[in-house]
This record gives sequence, C-alpha cells and structure tokens, in this order.
Amino acid sequence: MSGETILSMQGIHKSFGPKKVHQGVSFDLHDGEILALFGGSGTGKSVILRSLIGLEKPDAGIIMFEGRDIAQLGEDDLIDVRKKIGYVFQNGALFDSMTVEDNLAYPLIEHTDLTNEKIHARIAEMLDLIGLKGSEKLLPASLSGGMQKRVGAARAIILEPKIILYDEPTAGLDPFNTHRLLELMKLIQRTGKKNGAIFVTHDIPSAFQVADRVAILYNGKIHAIDTTENIKASKDPFVQAFIAGEETRGL
Amino acid sequence: MPNRQPRKYDEYFKRLGSQFVGSIQFAGGVFGLGLDCMRELVRPPFYVYLTIEQMFLIGVRSFLLVAVTALATGSVMALQFGYGLQKFGGQLYVPKLLALAFVREMGPVFTSLLVAARIGSGITAEVGSMNVTQQIDAIRALGTNPIKRIVIPRLLATVITLPILTVMANFIGIFGGMLVTVKELGQTPDFFFQKAVEALRVSDFFMGFLKPVVFAIFIALTACYRGMRTSGGTKGVGDSTTWVVVTTNIFIMVSDFFLTKLFILVHPYQ
Ligand SMILES: Nc1ncnc2c1ncn2[C@@H]1O[C@H](COP(=O)(O)OP(=O)(O)O)[C@@H](O)[C@H]1O
Ligand SMILES: [Mg+2]
Repeated sequence: MSGETILSMQGIHKSFGPKKVHQGVSFDLHDGEILALFGGSGTGKSVILRSLIGLEKPDAGIIMFEGRDIAQLGEDDLIDVRKKIGYVFQNGALFDSMTVEDNLAYPLIEHTDLTNEKIHARIAEMLDLIGLKGSEKLLPASLSGGMQKRVGAARAIILEPKIILYDEPTAGLDPFNTHRLLELMKLIQRTGKKNGAIFVTHDIPSAFQVADRVAILYNGKIHAIDTTENIKASKDPFVQAFIAGEETRGL
Repeated sequence: MPNRQPRKYDEYFKRLGSQFVGSIQFAGGVFGLGLDCMRELVRPPFYVYLTIEQMFLIGVRSFLLVAVTALATGSVMALQFGYGLQKFGGQLYVPKLLALAFVREMGPVFTSLLVAARIGSGITAEVGSMNVTQQIDAIRALGTNPIKRIVIPRLLATVITLPILTVMANFIGIFGGMLVTVKELGQTPDFFFQKAVEALRVSDFFMGFLKPVVFAIFIALTACYRGMRTSGGTKGVGDSTTWVVVTTNIFIMVSDFFLTKLFILVHPYQ
C-alpha cells in the first residue's frame, strides 16, 4: 500500500522557553498510508501536527511538502498548504456560534466557487458519511463529544485534502464511539483522493487497528518507526515496554 | 526576623519589574495588532457582513445602558449645577455648562467606559473562549485569517458604533438636563437650547468625536489581543475579561486627560 514519500519532516527542533520539546524529529509520510504517531502526553505530538500546517514554527529543520519547505512559508503561502492538509482538532474545534451546516460550509465558501445547491449537496454527503444525517441546523453545543469530533473531521476533509492530520481522535470517547471513529477514518482513507494520514494518539490498540506504520516519539525524537507488524514484534525493550505499558493504560 | 524584610522588597521589585516588562510587551503587541489590521484592511477577502453583524450586536447591547446612564447623568448634573450656582446667581449658565461638559467630556468618556465594560468584556470573553477551544487555530488551519475574520470586524464595528452612541448620549444627556432645568429651575426649553447651542463650537464636536474613535480603537484591539492570548481554560477567560475591563478603563481616563490637554494646546478655549 505504501509508496513514495509525500511529506517529510527532517531534523525538527522546537523549544518553548527553556523547555526543549523537539530535538531532531525526522520521519516521512508515504503515499497512501496511515501513520500512527505514539507518545505520552506532553511529548510534543500536537506540536508536530501544528508545525505541519504552519501553526507553529520550528526553531530548526525542514518540512518538505510538494517541493516547498513548510517551515519557511509565510501566512499567505500557507493558505495553499492548509487547503491540502486537513487538521482534525482534538475536540473538533467547531465554531460554536455556527450551525453544523455553516461549520461544514465554511471551507467551501472560503475556498471554492461552488453554488449554494452544490454546497448543500456536499454537506449532506458528508453528514451521511459521518452518520449525522439531518443535523444541519444543530449548534455544536447540542452535539455529544463524539459527534463534535466527527463533524470536525468532516470539516477538515470537505475540501478533499491530500493529507489528513488526526489529533487524538479517540481520546475521551467510549468504546462504541471509538470504534465508530476508527471506521470513519478507514472509510475516509478509502474514499476521495486521500494520499495519507497521520494519526496522533496514545491509544495504542486503536492505532494498531488502522495504522500501516507506527512511529514512537520519545525524548524529543522519533525513537522507532516501522510497519505495524514490525513494531508489534520488535525486540527493542523500550518499544515493547512502551506498547505494553500504554496498552494496559489504554484499556 | 531581620532578613525577612529585604526578601519581601525583593519580591515586590521583581513583581514590579515583570509587570513593567508585561506592560511594554502588551503595548507593543496591541500596536503590532493595529498594524496587522491596517495591512489586512485593504486586502481581499472583505467580510463586510461580519462587520455589520458586529455593529448591530454592539448597538443592541449598549444602547439602553448608554441611554439610561446619559439621562441620569444629565439630570443630576443639571441639579448640581443649578443649586451650586444658585448662590452666585449663576443659574442661567446651566445650559451652557451642561452642553459643554457633555459634548466635551461626559458623553465621550461615559459612553466609552460603558462600552469598554460591556463590549470590551464581551469581545474578550468570546475571542478568549474561541482561543482556548482552538477555534482561532481552526480559522488558521482552514486557510483563513483570524485578523480578517475576528479582529477587523470587531475593530471597525466599535470604531463606527462608539461615536454614534456618544452622539446619542450627548443628546439624551442634554435632554435630561433640560428636563430638570425646566422643572426645577424654571427656565424655558427654548432658552435652554438657545444657550446650549450658543456655547458649542465646531471644535467641541470634533473633539467629542475624536475621543470615542481613539477609545474605540484601544478597546477593540485590547480585547482582541488579550482574547487571542488567553490560555488556561474557563478561568483564563475570566481573568482576561477582568483584565481588559480594568486596562481599558484606566486607558480611557488617563488618555482623556492627555487628549484634552493636547486639544487645548492646539486649539485654545477662549
Ligand atoms: N504555545 C506553547 N507555549 C508553551 N509551551 C507549549 C506550547 N505548546 C506546547 N507547549 C508545550 O510543549 C509540550 C508538548 O505539547 P503538545 O504537543 O501539546 O503535547 P502532546 O504530545 O500531549 O500533544 C508540552 O509540554 C507543552 O506544555
Ligand atoms: Mg496533544
């Protein structure tokens, strides 16, 4: 399934004041894959995702995407990148003053010339995909956490980005909603013209279900990165301990 | 405990120092945000409807508050001036004093203080909670610009609405003063208005208009700036809101003095 590199992070360093979060993070995302990124909380997983769409500027290192270094782009050039890389925020980050429909229409209105009918059709299609048919007029506050995350995912993919970044999509969800969200991720990966996804989590069992490859972030570096099978079978004591420890914590 | 005292002072100066640095950072930040707004103001896309929406919100939220305050202030000032000047036989100056006081000072300052409390806090709370729930990040992540979508509409709406509210406050306040003057001091409405209008010069209106514009810019920028830097969940939002109300109120009072002083230098009152 995996092919050539479509996104590459090389030697990323990032500190907040005296706190060194990233000390040389390097990894590639391959065409067509879901890459799971493991790490304890506070290890800088979200900061990696934020750097990938220019919400955070690394202190050093490069992030290559379509022949350009995202780390060097200004806000104007980043608009193009942000249309091609969808970010699914941890708690959905829906605009709470707007209805579900307006949240989903937002990227379409901003970045396409679609007519109102086409926009409505596309929104209906997305709501169907995430299993929330008929909730167009609801406000985010009246949705459950799981539903908000699914709407957030729909909003992030409605422009058919090439890469999708999921920030802890299953955190705080019950087993039923977790399952539902993982199914949605697989479905999204099969439909449209998606090229790849990064799935940041400390929910290891979930990641093993959907990921093609797994990377482990530890001490500001990628400690290990390999196919899901190889990671599971790894002889590296740290990787084993990490998986075992996190797996029991995840249950 | 002989060495307790110095340590206390140490702490005190450290706090003072960090507050000083904080104020400088804040001033620079607000100034920078103002520059960003100026740059983005002339580049498409323009969200005109967002500005209009904000103008309505600000108008609806503050009009009654401003009207009641102006009416009460005008009335009480007429009473105080009336009885205060009675001793010197100066009751005939009440219309003039009232008109000048309102157009030059009371109207702009009271309206701005009320709007700072009502609208400044509202903007901070709204933008602050958007920030802590990552909605500001989402605006950027979706390839749009929070300066354009959030800051500029609120800035423009405040700058347009506050002077209008001030003019309304002037009218209502002077009207309230007139009612009291007519009822309590026995002057005729005609006399009151003639004297009030005679007292005012174009420069007074200019000043009465300039002040709310300056205050509006400060209120909106401070509220947005602080809102977009709010962290720490619900408590953070509360802290930011209080901070903005206090800061904008102090700014209005202090800068009112300097604006007035500057104005008198340029344009001496006779
Ligand atoms: N804007 C910021 N300012 C200061 N510190 C930050 C900021 N963003 C993240 N950090 C710090 O960076 C570290 C990594 O954060 P994050 O990427 O959110 O962790 P996680 O792996 O849980 O997603 C944390 O210790 C956090 O406190
Ligand atoms: Mg995180």
